[in-house]
Amino acid sequence: MFLRFLLSREHAATIGLVVLAACARAQDTPQAPHNEVLIRNAMIMTATHGNIAEGSVYIKNGKIAAVGKDVSAPASATVIDAGGKYLTPGIIDSHSHIALDDDVNEATNPVTPHMMMIDAFDYQDKAIYHGLAGGVTTSLLLHGSANMIGGQAIVIKHKYGATRDAMLFPGAPRSIKFASGENPKRVYGSKDQLPSTRMGNFEVQREALVQAQDYMREWDAYNARAKNGDKDATPPKRDLKMEALADVLRGKLLVQIHCYRADEMLTEIAMAKEFGYKLRAFHHALEAYKVADQLAAAGVGIATFADWWGYKQEAWDAIPWNAVIAMRKGVKVASKSDSEDFARCLNQEAAKTIPYGGATEQEALQMITLNAAWIIGVEDRVGSIDVGKDADLVIWDGYPLSSYGVPNKVFIDGDVYFDRSLPGFGMPHYKGGM
Amino acid sequence: MRRHDCCSRLLRFVLAALCLCVSVSAQEKPVVLRGGKLLTVSHGTIENGVLIIENGKIAAMGAASSVKIPKDASVIDVSGMTVYPGLIDSETQLGLTEIQAEEMTNDFIEPSDEIMPHMHVYDAFHAESDLIPVTRYNGITNAIVAPGSRDTLPGQDSLVQLAGKTQEDLLLVRDIAMPLNFSGEQRRNQGGFEHRKFPSTRMGLAAQLRQAFLDAQDYGQKWTDYEKKKADYEKSKGAANTDASSKPDDKDKDKDKDKKQPPMPPKRDLKLEALLPYLQGKKLVVLGAEEANDLQTAVGLAREFNLKFVLNHISYSQSVLDYVASLHVPVIVGPIYEDPKPDQRYDAVYSLPAQLDKRGVKIAFASYDAHNARNLPYQAGFATAFGLPYEQALKAITINAAEIWGVADQLGSLDVGKTANVVVATGDPLDMKSDVKHVFIEGKEIPMKDRQLELRDRYWSQ
Repeated sequence: MFLRFLLSREHAATIGLVVLAACARAQDTPQAPHNEVLIRNAMIMTATHGNIAEGSVYIKNGKIAAVGKDVSAPASATVIDAGGKYLTPGIIDSHSHIALDDDVNEATNPVTPHMMMIDAFDYQDKAIYHGLAGGVTTSLLLHGSANMIGGQAIVIKHKYGATRDAMLFPGAPRSIKFASGENPKRVYGSKDQLPSTRMGNFEVQREALVQAQDYMREWDAYNARAKNGDKDATPPKRDLKMEALADVLRGKLLVQIHCYRADEMLTEIAMAKEFGYKLRAFHHALEAYKVADQLAAAGVGIATFADWWGYKQEAWDAIPWNAVIAMRKGVKVASKSDSEDFARCLNQEAAKTIPYGGATEQEALQMITLNAAWIIGVEDRVGSIDVGKDADLVIWDGYPLSSYGVPNKVFIDGDVYFDRSLPGFGMPHYKGGM
Repeated sequence: MRRHDCCSRLLRFVLAALCLCVSVSAQEKPVVLRGGKLLTVSHGTIENGVLIIENGKIAAMGAASSVKIPKDASVIDVSGMTVYPGLIDSETQLGLTEIQAEEMTNDFIEPSDEIMPHMHVYDAFHAESDLIPVTRYNGITNAIVAPGSRDTLPGQDSLVQLAGKTQEDLLLVRDIAMPLNFSGEQRRNQGGFEHRKFPSTRMGLAAQLRQAFLDAQDYGQKWTDYEKKKADYEKSKGAANTDASSKPDDKDKDKDKDKKQPPMPPKRDLKLEALLPYLQGKKLVVLGAEEANDLQTAVGLAREFNLKFVLNHISYSQSVLDYVASLHVPVIVGPIYEDPKPDQRYDAVYSLPAQLDKRGVKIAFASYDAHNARNLPYQAGFATAFGLPYEQALKAITINAAEIWGVADQLGSLDVGKTANVVVATGDPLDMKSDVKHVFIEGKEIPMKDRQLELRDRYWSQ
């Protein structure tokens, strides 16, 4: 039971199929018929502009149409009285491996940027429901950390009971998972392959990026000749792996790097600079507090654990003040799950930043909402209670930033997907039995 | 034969500790915690209370108006803060690991056999572990250290306190209890039929366990027989000596030669020997099962051999909670953060403590962890969000645990005469927003220092 955490967090290995750009396709979510809702009388924690006591939120067509102390809504709107309860934005988990069965790591080659997580997406996995019942409305499902360059993530909304495609976050940017440190060197070292050291790790990554540069040059040369009407020009062979890496170099993918140690974060920043791509966030980043100034200067965020430590050598210097120290030095910080059980109470993880370093209530809340949305690249769509954003909201029994907060109702795109007061699973859209 | 009677061991320890305190206390002033809200656990809450620590014990306590403060005392103003007994974690692997992925730092389990009752966690317990100061920083002062759960009988637990210089100081009660695990996790010989060896099924594990208990019973009988023969021999020898002194008769000597040979003791078997106090009902067996079927099998086995037991985990036994209540034994429940089974509601495990409490079952919580044993109180807090009354949640990490482990006369509540394991925090102990400010273990204030704080201060000047 004790070792479960290590295993669940770290890896599994299998195969993904190759469909480029599949995860980027936008899906139109069908609107629920009763799409006008007024939640009133709530203690609204907006995550951007403080709290509104006895406030109301008017939801129209799945979006937040109005927020405030007094909000006018048509009489036709369904009214939900949230007296004595808290209302927060839906929780966003910026690092998850749920709903991927055992297909988290294509651990057969240290460079697999063409693995598409959508090809393994098990939309019926109950873990999506478990997160939903914990208030999670959006998750970034990432490739594992066995490979220096892993696959491409998907962003889902936790609409358990909906169709597979309705669960995909429409128009979310593409993210790719990189890794570093112990995991790649252990996975390939155990097979007596490159990489088995940190030197090997970074060399494998550099080599792949150099190949991608060559690949791009070949295509650029061909395109230039073709454009000039050169009929002898023959197109280079298309290579999915290289295409994916080229997209990294073109800045089309948000780069999410599994990285624990401070020195490795600096190396990754330097390599990104050398090859001209931008890093979005370091994940785990347990030593971010040692190099927070450099992270802030590079504009890289972190998605970190609240207090997990010591489960491996590179987690030995982890401290629970990491999140707040990095935040105070200007780093965008998210608190993430990386596990099925943490995803069910991320609010408690965020709450720990209050005693460990003195985050304000809003700062703590942002770590599981707005900042997590930024890491995924959907901060203009979700992550706060502001007009125009998706109506992904949680009504809480009890104060959410404590051990006592439990979601009462969870809205996604204005529709109730979880309701604690209902019997059975508590999911109005789920047709399966218990 | 080695016998560990936990009560007498604790008594010895307490006496030793008392002597130590008395010898030191010549210079030590009483410590007074003044103005705090006292969560006594045993007799309610005292607002604006005073608690006096002297000679490692709680010497006096009560409402500020009713307690006289000694003149020479060192007074700590804790007004606005909450004072409560040191928390007790009913299962940890503290001292058995340092860095989980580094095998050489782990001493969880002996996987060579499923029956390893002669493993004693105190032989591996690393008193200088960096995890211990991190744990007590959150107000946890005592813990059960248990081996891992992959063996049916993985060894014996110890009760520790989380302060002291050496393992002698930390190990309060050695071999306090023995886990008996029956969850399916103990099956290690599965895989292809060609690789299988006994035991590879639950049937095999149960048969193996029964045989071990039977062997131990036979072994115990051999020793009983031996002790009897030895006593007879001593008696006859005594009688012979008396006879010899009164009327020496060399002729009779040869006749009685056989009788006068001392009986040979049986060969000692540490594995079987370890089982005896449990088979005799002298010590507690911690019966670990998760699902209802395993739970009932485990209880059946325990009853077959008249074991004195408490239940552990029972995370997926929701369908038989009335049965659990009918056993009239305490349950160490959880961890409640465990995922439900796919056919269960999201809160099936979260609400288990409340469901047990409703049926009158005494519960205790455990972190089942080492590095983050510090989060024990939050689990108790979370259980209240699913219906467990607050006082019961607090009891489950204090007095209930002390009662289960047989140390309630010393630990688990704020009462005069108990060991002064006392915590002062900025607020509610079950809420993660509260910050622990003082921890006293055996009356000594523990410096709030650990490896993590040192790292923080090295890189962050606020």
